Amino acid sequence: MIEPRETPDETVETAVDAVGVPDSAAAADDAAVAVTDPVAVEASLAGSVSVLEREGDRLVVNIGPSHPSTHGVCRVLVELDGEIITNAEPIIGHLHRGIEKIAENRTYLQVVPLTDRLDYVGSMYANWAYCRAVERLAGIRVPERAEYIRVIVCELQRIASHMMSIGSTGADTGATTAFMYSFWQREQVVDLFEQLCGARLTYNYVRPGGVAFDIPEGWVDRCRAFIAKHPDAMLEIDRLLFGNVICRARTKGIGVLDPDDAVAWGVTGPTARGSGVDWDLRRDDPYSVYPRFDFDVPLGERGDCYDRGRVRLFECIESCRIIGQALDQLAELEPGVIKADGLPRLLAPRPGDAYDHIESARGSLGVYLVSDGSVRPYRMKVRSPAFSNLAILPMLAKGHTLSDLVVILGSLDPVFGEVDR
Amino acid sequence: MTFVWGLLYGVGAVVLIAGGAVIGVWWERKVSARIQMRLGPQQIGPAGSLQMIADVPKLLFKEDVLPTAADKPIFRYAPLVVFAPIAASMAVIPFWNGWAPLDSTVGILFFLAVPSIGVIGILLSGWASHNTLATIGGLRAAAQMVSYEVPRSLAVLSVVVLAGSLRPTEIMGAWQWWWVPVTFLGFVVYLVSSIAEMNRGPFDLPEAESELVAGYFADYSGMRWAVFMMAEYGAMIVAALFGAAMFFGGFNWLPGVGGLAVFIGIATVIITAIMWAKWTFPRLRQDQLMTFCWTVLTPMAIVQLVIAGVVSLWL
Repeated sequence: MIEPRETPDETVETAVDAVGVPDSAAAADDAAVAVTDPVAVEASLAGSVSVLEREGDRLVVNIGPSHPSTHGVCRVLVELDGEIITNAEPIIGHLHRGIEKIAENRTYLQVVPLTDRLDYVGSMYANWAYCRAVERLAGIRVPERAEYIRVIVCELQRIASHMMSIGSTGADTGATTAFMYSFWQREQVVDLFEQLCGARLTYNYVRPGGVAFDIPEGWVDRCRAFIAKHPDAMLEIDRLLFGNVICRARTKGIGVLDPDDAVAWGVTGPTARGSGVDWDLRRDDPYSVYPRFDFDVPLGERGDCYDRGRVRLFECIESCRIIGQALDQLAELEPGVIKADGLPRLLAPRPGDAYDHIESARGSLGVYLVSDGSVRPYRMKVRSPAFSNLAILPMLAKGHTLSDLVVILGSLDPVFGEVDR
Repeated sequence: MTFVWGLLYGVGAVVLIAGGAVIGVWWERKVSARIQMRLGPQQIGPAGSLQMIADVPKLLFKEDVLPTAADKPIFRYAPLVVFAPIAASMAVIPFWNGWAPLDSTVGILFFLAVPSIGVIGILLSGWASHNTLATIGGLRAAAQMVSYEVPRSLAVLSVVVLAGSLRPTEIMGAWQWWWVPVTFLGFVVYLVSSIAEMNRGPFDLPEAESELVAGYFADYSGMRWAVFMMAEYGAMIVAALFGAAMFFGGFNWLPGVGGLAVFIGIATVIITAIMWAKWTFPRLRQDQLMTFCWTVLTPMAIVQLVIAGVVSLWL
């Protein structure tokens, strides 16, 4: 429809003047202290949700920490010129719980529930990434059946997580119906998880050496029924949301991420693939049983919000393909073998370190573990994709309007449990 | 005497809008639930129709929060400045053959001009809240509502050209069934710009929930907030009634009470269409909103006006 960068909203700007922003000379005194120094701005903002700071026509707005579109507890300090963003700084740490530090005082098995709380939209991923690091550290060989189950639950988790992202793209642009449609898909996945492990959000399902429980009776059929219907539902959401003329106008050409920038800033996952960065750990650094499956990696071209959203949408369809193949191959394996043999109650790996990463719904999720030979990890570090992806927000948001900020933030799909840790 | 009539009318309009809002909220919940694969309210009364009996006392008993930094008198009375013009504009709607509560010779002008006063209330509420998000919401509303006045007025003007009168009751008297296809383009423009006028989705930028939290009424609570909501539903009802009268002939389809039923039926269909649009479309951006108004809607309205002008040569 129109290019956002070329059409600053003059009507609103003049309206600001008319209502009574003081002339720049009078405002210069107090504004010079306030706006240029971020510490002073923060101090002045500390008392209320948002107050007015002026430097000429410049307006400082706090989006968050409690705001419908920050996808958690993020605060974005936005500097506005009319409605155009001149600077947007994400201020993180509101959800910091010190998970990496707490892990140092727990045994290796006790850390698994903590990893659930990292990325609470995709708990299975953090479980798995941590377990892979432990298995590498302790030299545990995981039975094939457990690997298949892990692949199945993590691909289901990818669907659940992407449904959250696509749904909130709808909610951010005001299309609440698309939100409800995609959450119905997520709900079905969460029901499957509930039958599998009893939990709907923090599963604690993938454990060092295998998985917690074997697949219950009838679960495979329910899973098959879901993946048979899911691709059609995805195409319907594609028509409803990304096919809508207003949604296209709101997402196309917004927040364009250059592929070189994406690589330079360590952006991974669908956010990078939306810009055409052809990098997927499942294919490019194969782990578990992924080499046995036939699947494609959807890529975007322009790197805008539209492409990022649609890459997620088509990844869900690819996930259904993987799950279908995994269920077929799983049927030929002996049931019940879901844990490595001879696993001690308390793991105490030899001193050393290990790093392993997987492709989570947000990108490459890595866990680095150091062992000093005791039953507790000496150090744990999580390389979270959401943190790296969020870092490019100021670059993407600059020059767009306030309305676009929430769409751009949503298209990066940050989960603040993982950003702040 | 005029004063007594005015008072009676005021009470009547408030009761009508409040009642309409109660039914409208229930209807919107049901419509949106239908669209979103939900059930909507269903516990209180048949199909949840008495849900508002529970909701209204809740709003009445809620604490009336006044922000410390707010400009208190303005903050208190801004909702009324939004609500009153909408209630007033209902006066010129021709409900019955040859009868409107206020049968003015410039009724159309009255209807188009008076609701615009509401923009001042919105601007005041946004400014008096002393909250950045509310201020931005108020300013957005001002820009949007003033702009969409133009295509809205031009669209209604096509009917005025055909009828040759600004008095609503006279327009109703002159109305012919073939005006419906002739002025249909004008109705589309009128409907879209009315949605923008009442700040409803997909044009609800002033109260954009995902960006501005609730925009100009972010700091309002309890009954003051409810007055804003009532103004929104009131605007919807008034716009639908007026549209049904001007573009679809209102009560002219059937004689007597049947005509009134058809009139209200057409208005209900228009209201449902407005709700349908809100629950289907995403929200526009401010610059897109303005471009849409000036490059799409206004030319469309002018084309409609030319059509009406050419047709009126044969009348």
